[in-house]
Amino acid sequence: MDLATIWFCIIAFLWLGYLFLEGFDFGVGMLLHRLGRTDTERRVLVNTIGPVWDGNEVWLIVAAGATFAAFPGWYASLFSSAYLPLLLILAGLIGRGVAFEYRGKVDSDRWRRNWDRVILAGSVIPALGIGLLLSWNVLGLPLDAAGDRVGSAFAAFGWETLIGALAVAGFSIVHGGIFITLKTAGELHARARQLTLRIAPIALTPLVALLLLVQLRVGSAWSWIPLGLVLLAAALGYLRLLADREGQAFAAMGVAIAATVVALFGALYPNVLPSTVDPNFSLSIADTASGDYTLTVMTWVAAFGAPAVLVYQGWTYWVFRKRISTSHIPPVHVP
Amino acid sequence: MDVLDLARWQFGITTVYHFLMVPLTIGLGVLVAGMQTAWVRTGKLKYLRMTKFWGKLMLVNFAMGVVTGIVQEFQFGMSWSAYSRFVGDVFGAPLAMEGLVAFFVESTFLGLWIFGWDRLSKRVHLACIWAFSLATIASAYFILAANSWMQHPVGAEIVDGQPRLTSIWAVFGNSTVLAAFPHAIAGAFAVGGAFLVGIAAWHLWRKHRDNTGDPADREVWRGSLRLGGWVGLVAFLGVAISGDFQGKLMFEQQPMKMAAAEALCHTEQPASFSVFAYGDVSQPDCESVKSLTVPALLSFLAHNDFTTEVKGIEDLREEYGEKYGTHYPDDPRLGELAGQPVDYVPNLPVTYWGFRLMIGFGALAAGAAAFVLWVTRKGRVPRTKWFPRLALAGIATPFLANSFGWIFTEMGRQPFVVVPNPNPSGVDGVWMYTAQGVSGLTVGEVLTSLIVLTALYGGLAVVEFFLLRRYARAGVEGVMPPEKPKDPDEPSDKLTFAY
Ligand code: HDD
Ligand code: HEM
Ligand code: HEM
Repeated sequence: MDLATIWFCIIAFLWLGYLFLEGFDFGVGMLLHRLGRTDTERRVLVNTIGPVWDGNEVWLIVAAGATFAAFPGWYASLFSSAYLPLLLILAGLIGRGVAFEYRGKVDSDRWRRNWDRVILAGSVIPALGIGLLLSWNVLGLPLDAAGDRVGSAFAAFGWETLIGALAVAGFSIVHGGIFITLKTAGELHARARQLTLRIAPIALTPLVALLLLVQLRVGSAWSWIPLGLVLLAAALGYLRLLADREGQAFAAMGVAIAATVVALFGALYPNVLPSTVDPNFSLSIADTASGDYTLTVMTWVAAFGAPAVLVYQGWTYWVFRKRISTSHIPPVHVP
Repeated sequence: MDVLDLARWQFGITTVYHFLMVPLTIGLGVLVAGMQTAWVRTGKLKYLRMTKFWGKLMLVNFAMGVVTGIVQEFQFGMSWSAYSRFVGDVFGAPLAMEGLVAFFVESTFLGLWIFGWDRLSKRVHLACIWAFSLATIASAYFILAANSWMQHPVGAEIVDGQPRLTSIWAVFGNSTVLAAFPHAIAGAFAVGGAFLVGIAAWHLWRKHRDNTGDPADREVWRGSLRLGGWVGLVAFLGVAISGDFQGKLMFEQQPMKMAAAEALCHTEQPASFSVFAYGDVSQPDCESVKSLTVPALLSFLAHNDFTTEVKGIEDLREEYGEKYGTHYPDDPRLGELAGQPVDYVPNLPVTYWGFRLMIGFGALAAGAAAFVLWVTRKGRVPRTKWFPRLALAGIATPFLANSFGWIFTEMGRQPFVVVPNPNPSGVDGVWMYTAQGVSGLTVGEVLTSLIVLTALYGGLAVVEFFLLRRYARAGVEGVMPPEKPKDPDEPSDKLTFAY
């Protein structure tokens, strides 16, 4: 395997990390109002991701940065063509990050209610936007020979991308529901489990639909395997949650999202960004990869950096492994 | 307005905004880590209270630093796609490394610090804040290396019309970043120092006036104030020394920026430094400008002697035209600019005044620090109500100096986004006009994002200011509830610092 292909895989891996980790952050944000009936319950929910949400978001930043370094043409064409969806993602992430940090900083119900709305919007919108972006990337954008978008800002919107958007949002809500079940105790735990079991079959449908669509459009014989794996893992996860084994259910969701990423990036390979105008204009790994020297340098950095990240982020989850419940929440003490 | 102008406004607004949060995070991060170290080593409650108070303010600010940073990361691809395609091979590497090496550490260990107060041992918890604050400094190095490469491209060669990285060490050892990094870090400490001084002075003065507050509380404010004052003074020394280095590099690497910084029209030998101009500096013929000058000082700033010739705008304009062409290429991507003459002179009022305001506000900050240190010597506290007002206003000065420094640096390199270098230390032939870097977007798209981001940032600025003020006023009691006798029935596993 040449270095450029390795970097294609590393970028897929970064997306996997992002979808897996920020997926449950998004889910917690989406379920905040539904599951948290009192303010204390909502504080429990926010605190389940409190120590980790920022670290999870950095996976997106690094995925973008690594694409910039390893495939400048891919980064440039995707980010400029998907301008408005990215703006929505940014606006959502801005609001969400600030809302987590600020919602408990003033003791006022109105203040907290408003920031809770921002958390909800800031979780739904970016999840939809990320799904849109990923499915666009796989299904193609109207690119000309120079790699620029042809047509208006809305030229690439279509019903397929709507499915893509719902796929990531639907996955996140289920993943977040299982995460809450795993991280809380008491009434919240029971409620989260029940709700997740109820909505999972519907919420995961768009993901399966997206994968089928990609399979029928651009799939090959082998890509039925990851597709099958997604279905299997999702079903298994459901059964494990039913059996009160939420840890295993959570792991099963991890397998499902990993297989999804394999299916999507596998469908893309050896392209990085197909053109819907003319297949000759599609950007491929070879067209857009940086020079060997750059890739070698980056590979060394990743070889030492990435395992370290996995170790200390893993350690963080270990430190905060305890389930939390309303009894852990201290009284509000703010000026 | 066309896409180019809008994209430039957006980049300028969002970056200057990001750089309001950045120096405060960097400055406070290290100072808070130092306070906590003092607590762990001495066990004195005073240091714990300082850590908690300033740590809380740092967190309020940090959140905004993070969310505005993401915009920066995406903006290169969104608005400057042609630029990204051109430079990605070189410029992308430090950006990706910043994420992988610095941002992951920063975000993860800050999370551990916020929530780890009673889950981690004292020493491990202390290590977390150090990991965080060292990572913010590392992130500054990576991003400044990337920025310095745009000012002075090194370690690359042109292959098929595109710069390809040949040495990452050359990029990280670029003379430009070796000077810019201490300058920017010292600038960040100037911000941290002034922040401590301003808020602590207000508390100290009020407690003194009302004769309230227990003595322990006064110790906190007194300690913070003296610490901040000294940090501010040393930081100014740091920016002055590193700034002098930067000036000498600028003379070699970006002579036009140097001339623009001085609104120096005609070549002079020896060249005098303009302290203050009256008249209209926007006219590059300069006939209408009179300025108060110090003879031969510019020669010294540029080259360490009092006789060096410093080139003026008119000669440089001709020289640049010969080297890089007098007209923009006939490229349709350039839109209206295609085939038009290139204006090699940056916006003179901005560069001239930007440079002076940077130094001026920096000097004001240092003056304020020295003044506060003097009037609070040996336990004194002035009773006049001007004292806290002055100290609070002083908080703004290093922020302004930083903003003007960046505005000067970035505007001074126009019309280039990647600046060509006349001297042998840079690589030959790597350069790009700003107008060539912009994405092929519609005006509607960029206008939408400019409005959305500016409005969002404006609203959040109000919220952040409100919160900082509220927490700053409340003092230590606002973040550390007074110790209560333990209720035996209550479970003791409450979370600290929980959201
Ligand atoms: C001299 C320092 C410096 C400069 C010039 C910049 N930044 Fe910055 N940035 C930081 C110093 C910093 C920091 C101190 O590391 C921050 C500020 C507060 C914070 O949360 O971390 C940060 C945060 C931050 C984040 C969020 C990291 C996270 O989630 O933890 C991103 C993605 C960027 N920045 C990206 C950029 C880009 C693309 C820039 C160039 C235009 C840029 N920054 C200029
Ligand atoms: C590594 C860090 C940075 C990089 C890579 C960078 C890059 C750029 C780019 C690509 C542009 C657009 C082209 C242009 O209009 O000149 C720009 C403009 C600008 N940047 Fe930077 N920048 C960096 C840091 C900063 C910071 C920290 C600030 C200030 C806080 C800043 C202030 C500006 C301003 C004011 C403009 C607008 C200039 C104009 O419109 O003429 N930059 N920069
Ligand atoms: C004696 C005082 C100072 C001198 C001689 C000085 C000199 C310089 C020079 C020459 C540059 C331009 C570098 C280039 O474009 O190549 C610069 C940039 C800058 N200055 Fe200053 N400066 C001084 C004080 C300050 C102060 C007090 C601050 C902030 C607190 C500050 C913040 C900045 C920043 C943020 C930049 C842009 C980023 C960079 O290039 O590092 N400067 N300064």
